[in-house]
Amino acid sequence: MAQQNRLIEGGRIARDSVINFSYNGKTYPGFVGDTLASAMLANGIDVVGRSFKYSRPRGIVAAGAEEPNAIMQLGATEATQVPNVRATQQELFAGLVCQATNGWPNVEFDMMSSLGSVGASVMPPGFYYKTFMYPKSMWNTYEKFIRKAAGLGRSPLEADPDRYDHYNQHADVVIVGAGPAGLSAALEAGRSGARVIIADEQAEFGGALLHSKQSVNGMPAMAWVASVVAELAALDNVMMLPKSTVNGYHDHNFLTIHQRCTDHIADRAEANVSRQRMHRVRTKWVVLASGAHERPLVYGNNDVPGCMLADAVSTYINRYAVVPGKQLVLMTTNDGGYQAAFDWHQAGREVVAILDTRSYQGTETSAVIDRARELGIKVLTGSAVVEVQGSKRVSAVSIASLNSQGDQLTGPVSQLSCDTVASSGGWSPAIHLSCHTGSRPVWSDQVIGFIPGDTVQKQLIAGAIGGTFDLQSCLAQGTKAGAQAASNAGFDTNLDVAAATAESVAETTPMALFHIPHPKETSRAPKQFVDLQNDVTAAGIELATREGFESIEHVKRYTALGFGTDQGKLGNINGMAIAAKSMQKTIPQTGTTIFRPNYTPVTFGAIAGRNCGELFDPKRFSAMHQWHLDNGALFEDVGNWKRPWYFPQPGESMQQSLERECLAVRDSAGVLDASTLGKIDIQGPDAREFLGRVYTNAWAKLAVGKCRYGLMCGEDGMVFDDGVTACLADNHFVMTTTTGGAARVLEWLEIYQQTEWPELEVYFNTVTDHWSTITVTGPNARKILDEVVDDIDLSNDSFKYMDWKAATVMGVPARIFRISFTGELSYEINVQANYGMRIWEAVMEKGAAFNLTPYGTETMHILRAEKGFIIAGQDTDGSVHPYDLGMGWAVSQKKPFSFIGKRGMAREDCVKEDRKQLVGLMTAEPKKVIPEGSQAVDDPKQAIPMTMLGHVTSSYYSACLGHSIAMAYIRNGHKRMGETVYSPQADGSAIEATICSPIFLDPKGERQNV
Amino acid sequence: MFYIYCPHCEEHREEEEFHASGEAHIPRPLDPESCSDEEWGEYMFFRTNPRGIHHELWVHAVGCRKFFNMTRDTQSYLILETYKIGEKPSITSAAAKLQAQTKVQEGV
Ligand SMILES: [Zn+2]
Repeated sequence: MAQQNRLIEGGRIARDSVINFSYNGKTYPGFVGDTLASAMLANGIDVVGRSFKYSRPRGIVAAGAEEPNAIMQLGATEATQVPNVRATQQELFAGLVCQATNGWPNVEFDMMSSLGSVGASVMPPGFYYKTFMYPKSMWNTYEKFIRKAAGLGRSPLEADPDRYDHYNQHADVVIVGAGPAGLSAALEAGRSGARVIIADEQAEFGGALLHSKQSVNGMPAMAWVASVVAELAALDNVMMLPKSTVNGYHDHNFLTIHQRCTDHIADRAEANVSRQRMHRVRTKWVVLASGAHERPLVYGNNDVPGCMLADAVSTYINRYAVVPGKQLVLMTTNDGGYQAAFDWHQAGREVVAILDTRSYQGTETSAVIDRARELGIKVLTGSAVVEVQGSKRVSAVSIASLNSQGDQLTGPVSQLSCDTVASSGGWSPAIHLSCHTGSRPVWSDQVIGFIPGDTVQKQLIAGAIGGTFDLQSCLAQGTKAGAQAASNAGFDTNLDVAAATAESVAETTPMALFHIPHPKETSRAPKQFVDLQNDVTAAGIELATREGFESIEHVKRYTALGFGTDQGKLGNINGMAIAAKSMQKTIPQTGTTIFRPNYTPVTFGAIAGRNCGELFDPKRFSAMHQWHLDNGALFEDVGNWKRPWYFPQPGESMQQSLERECLAVRDSAGVLDASTLGKIDIQGPDAREFLGRVYTNAWAKLAVGKCRYGLMCGEDGMVFDDGVTACLADNHFVMTTTTGGAARVLEWLEIYQQTEWPELEVYFNTVTDHWSTITVTGPNARKILDEVVDDIDLSNDSFKYMDWKAATVMGVPARIFRISFTGELSYEINVQANYGMRIWEAVMEKGAAFNLTPYGTETMHILRAEKGFIIAGQDTDGSVHPYDLGMGWAVSQKKPFSFIGKRGMAREDCVKEDRKQLVGLMTAEPKKVIPEGSQAVDDPKQAIPMTMLGHVTSSYYSACLGHSIAMAYIRNGHKRMGETVYSPQADGSAIEATICSPIFLDPKGERQNV
Repeated sequence: MFYIYCPHCEEHREEEEFHASGEAHIPRPLDPESCSDEEWGEYMFFRTNPRGIHHELWVHAVGCRKFFNMTRDTQSYLILETYKIGEKPSITSAAAKLQAQTKVQEGV
């Protein structure tokens, strides 16, 4: 029978819009306005999952974010799979496809039921630690089994086709929750002109009023809500965000709001529509009106489908016109719980009994008891459900009378037939967001719950979050908080404005009851569940405390209380109370665990926003990038830069390409796009002095028109960057840095100038992107330059090695630096970047006659290694100083100012003998290339662990030399020239090599000086 | 995420624009050569890491590129003041912190 639990009238559903959905492969009808959960209940679906540890059948318990059981795998296609969706928060749409998450192989029949009793005994609290960690070799087996049985949902195997957006918002007042308190606050703040954002996780504004039968301002509550929403909608300064969960409350009033824009419409969004948004909001003031969660009672077999929260029962009846059963037993510790029985009765179904756990004296009664009796409902005071019968649905309950403290049964057990048990243990304020900012919640005996504690945030609270559950007070607090927040944010408001009015009802004091006793002791009683999602029982918590876990944080981790996707929204307070009692402490003495972001799970799509695919990480391209693409370059990532790696020709292997490129440079000419090297423009009367302080060598006498290589060290004396700096004018220099180090070096210069030496007048600016740099290198470099340079004499006499000159290249102003990273005659042509491509193409055209060969970073690395030039970051690792590198020539100990690194490299450890030093290695087998990172040892036959001498940092096959070459750190290496070392490999072999100078080619440097 | 007032730009900007650069007010010794290894090590590596008031060096990295100091409470993460290089912090005691905290909360 379709929708057998649906009432023929009532509810906030569109009865003329029947829509079908599929659950576990079967199709069911529902209405627009349903949640997935209400539609499942309407269709009489009792079992929606299997429990985590014991594999017990589970049904829908709640109607909101606190639902622990109805956790669905959503999605009609592979790409649109969404795991762990709470059916209570998913709006129904036509064609929705879902499956129960927990339940393997399925929820109706599962293989763990045969293991049930075994499973129970092998999974006591702390089972992760106790059972499954040993033997360690079995963990992989256990884990697979546990994860599959535990049913944590699964990720899609295909890419998410939907679009997600990030919005950055600024507000004066953000209001969290659009129930009576939140709406009242929004109205007052909105009327003041403040920029207001009000967000609520539900599809409609109204909060608890959505299923309330109360009146506000003399009209039905939802009519009042509609009038408020209409007024807010008319205010341009108010942004209303329904379907939007404020999931995180971060430092300095920064909130993240997860808005679901199309999840209620279809499996995926229409083209060009974003499915979800993440609002990142910075606000002056926050009003938390996040309400409260009803607390279930803990009794035997309280997990059997049909056991629900009292308020959830009212919600399903009033909001969705669904009665989730036929015969109700209601157990409550407070007056509010009675409403579920009244609603059930009014829906025409049988209320078997109301069990009020409170003891009343003699003929003492209360308003709700009188009303129940008027309706002909049996009320048993001082009574409780101690145990449920049934497995896939409640069939009966055992009840007994209870003493006034609620810790002992005082009478015999009797039976009542029913199919539904609703329970209310009172309300736990939803303090999660308040906790996110580090505020410690405080226990209130009056509220019987934790309420937000002191905070340093600019934050106010209103309504049930502060333990105020009476409607009139919620309206009043909301109004006051809204006015106060707007006023605090600098807007004119009337702080004494009257709130909307509602009927105030006198209530009998609720009872603090967290654990219903059973005729048997807890450890022998039927399971009394505290955390349904993690199968944590009262007995388990007591066991944890008996085993010595005294801190509530430890109890939590040992039992997994509050670890699920519901984050303990239902179970935490009961669990803490049971732990406290078991340790003979009060709840405040035991304390609480702290909620952390996020309040409910957030999709990865919303977290990533547009920062995925091409936009995941920005890419930087040189002005000549298109030429590289057109000429078949393969690319290497250097920082964010895409640099040509090498330029393979058809049919070439990588090694063949590298050998061709290297030989072309040494035989005739090669060209490199060096635009990515960091370039920092340095100006000011003290620029020269400054350079002398940050570089290890001398700068006082560098003449205009000259370039110099420099090493940059940290205060510890260790090299962190290097490069060539040219003197453009007496007060003007341009510094080059490694490609990856550019930003760091600039910040390094700034921090010293601004914080240590503000008296030095010097200014820095990055000009990396302003210039394109074309390096022409090789014996024929000058001939090629001659073809493109218009106006200067390139002869060795007038344009010497380490000179730079201003010139005109093909009509374009240029700076040409005669510096060399290959050891060959080299010129670096720098032109304004917009001319980069044009000049590059001109150079290529004129160079064709000289076999001018483009090369990439890999050939650059080989050519420099042949010359023993280091690459900072590859041949340095923050633990080597210039002397370790054999570059003491680049350190001037005579400079008057104690340059950065001087003191550091004089430390005892830095000047000791037998430090690791940079050397060359020549392999015994010329073709054998030692893998980079390999270790070096004296004796490859020694026992493991071997005594390491050092390691290889750079290693290549040099086509020019016909030999493999390597750079390596070897202990005391500078004094071990000619000695033999071995590099043991993973396959057990050892590569023999001889220690040599790292300058393999042209040790006198003649080739660059021609 | 912090909301930081840059004393150079004279406005609040998001933390994404800034870098923290460690503890403030650790001057480089004027005569490094006269420092013992221990003193040099103290300067280089040892920091106070307090619970409560902490003076920090920050840079408005993708804004004005200027460095400045910040007094921050390492427990509450409240920023109690920011001030320029060369200036002294005004909040150095618990009492001053309380006063500043109240001010911050009141939105002054
Ligand atoms: Zn700034």
